[in-house]
Amino acid sequence: MLFDQIAQNKRRTIYVLIGFCLLVMAVGAAVGYTFYNSAPGGLIAAVILAVGYSAVMIGNSTNVVMKMNHAHEISGTNQYLDLQHIVEDMALVARVPVPKVYVIDDESPNAFATGNNPQHAAVAATTGLLSKLNREELEGVMAHEMTHVRNYDIRLQTIALALAAVIGILVNFATHFFWFGNRKSDSKSGPFEAIMMVVSLILVILGPIAATIAQLALSRNREYLADAGAVELTRNPQGLIDALNVISDSAPMKAADASSAALYIADPFKKKRSWQHLFDTHPATADRIARLQKM
Amino acid sequence: MTIGIIIAVVVVLLVIVYISLYNGLIKARTYVQESWSQIDVQLKRRNDLIPNLIETVKGYSHYEQSTLQKVTELRNQLINTPSGDHQQAMAVSDQLSNTLKSIFAVGEAYPDLKADQEYSRLMEELTNTENKIAYSRQLYNSSVASLNMKLQSFPSNIVGSMHHFQQADYLEVPEEEKTAPKVSFDK
Repeated sequence: MLFDQIAQNKRRTIYVLIGFCLLVMAVGAAVGYTFYNSAPGGLIAAVILAVGYSAVMIGNSTNVVMKMNHAHEISGTNQYLDLQHIVEDMALVARVPVPKVYVIDDESPNAFATGNNPQHAAVAATTGLLSKLNREELEGVMAHEMTHVRNYDIRLQTIALALAAVIGILVNFATHFFWFGNRKSDSKSGPFEAIMMVVSLILVILGPIAATIAQLALSRNREYLADAGAVELTRNPQGLIDALNVISDSAPMKAADASSAALYIADPFKKKRSWQHLFDTHPATADRIARLQKM
Repeated sequence: MTIGIIIAVVVVLLVIVYISLYNGLIKARTYVQESWSQIDVQLKRRNDLIPNLIETVKGYSHYEQSTLQKVTELRNQLINTPSGDHQQAMAVSDQLSNTLKSIFAVGEAYPDLKADQEYSRLMEELTNTENKIAYSRQLYNSSVASLNMKLQSFPSNIVGSMHHFQQADYLEVPEEEKTAPKVSFDK
């Protein structure tokens, strides 16, 4: 049952990633076509940008993500020994190397994991999480993060984050030139060019939205899997259930980075449930708890 | 000629399967040994912490001398357990865990002891060790399960019996730990 879920999840991940790459190329081509009269040029530029940006992010994701979220490292110090010990315990049962541990000064309880692979992973917890949860609950949360590490979810999220950022850059670039640049579209004429123009504009406008939807679709399913994996590690569903309740009853985070929202164990912004759930980074806490109770 | 090629291919395939089954068994057995050594490290660590704990709490009169003595006795018993006898070591360790729990329960009655930095550091260290013992025992048991499953199922059981692999025993988990959450002295 669980393995079916993992296999299905892997397939879905590949589809979404392929779609994501196509989207980056399409947006690149659209930008190129609209503003430089050269769709292939835009496409090539987009691919170069995407590959380069992903490479930089994969090489350096921990530092970048931790900085974006104002986290500081506590590994090797005497601070928050209980958190460090819990992370060690969970790494032990998950049979992964102990990741680096970071803390974020924020009263809202939350946590995330990042990195390129289990050998270069890092987990972060907010000070609110450490003060509001007891040991069992903290174990549940850290076990959830450790499952993300073990399943390579952290690498996938890093790539998704990079691709979404690339689309953002392309579109920013396009809108800048739309207002200030020298558009050459006056030289075009005929119905075909007009249609292409409209299609391109729509892509430029809808690209970032599609990118967000793709990023979130990757994230939501993985949360259920990580919850199940966490229970496999701690053998204690109640700890994670209590933790999710505490986390969902608390105020949103002050300074979480919007593009890393999908990394957190629960949505750091506490948005209202949106239309058809397309824009949710996380499944509803009630659904997650219901699944945990069945274990 | 064709028959020769077919036989060669089959033989090569069989060798590949054999090697991978053998390596799988070796890996499973290494996991079992590794997870035992993790338990062992934690048992030793706890034994090192206990004298400090007794030193710290012995000035407080509510601690019955007999309880502290029992801790020392169990500690010595654990040290003297032969290194191969995992079941015996864990049985003593469980008794020691329970006695330590009662020491920490008494500690709740002393606000000045709880405020003592050395005591709270010891408490976190011991809690950490107790949890690590529980988690490494869980890991040990799941490693044993996967080794035993390989030794019982076809075709790895054939390779296993050819190389005299032995099934390993589970470490029994105390009844209360199955239902109750892991130890946490501080809550």
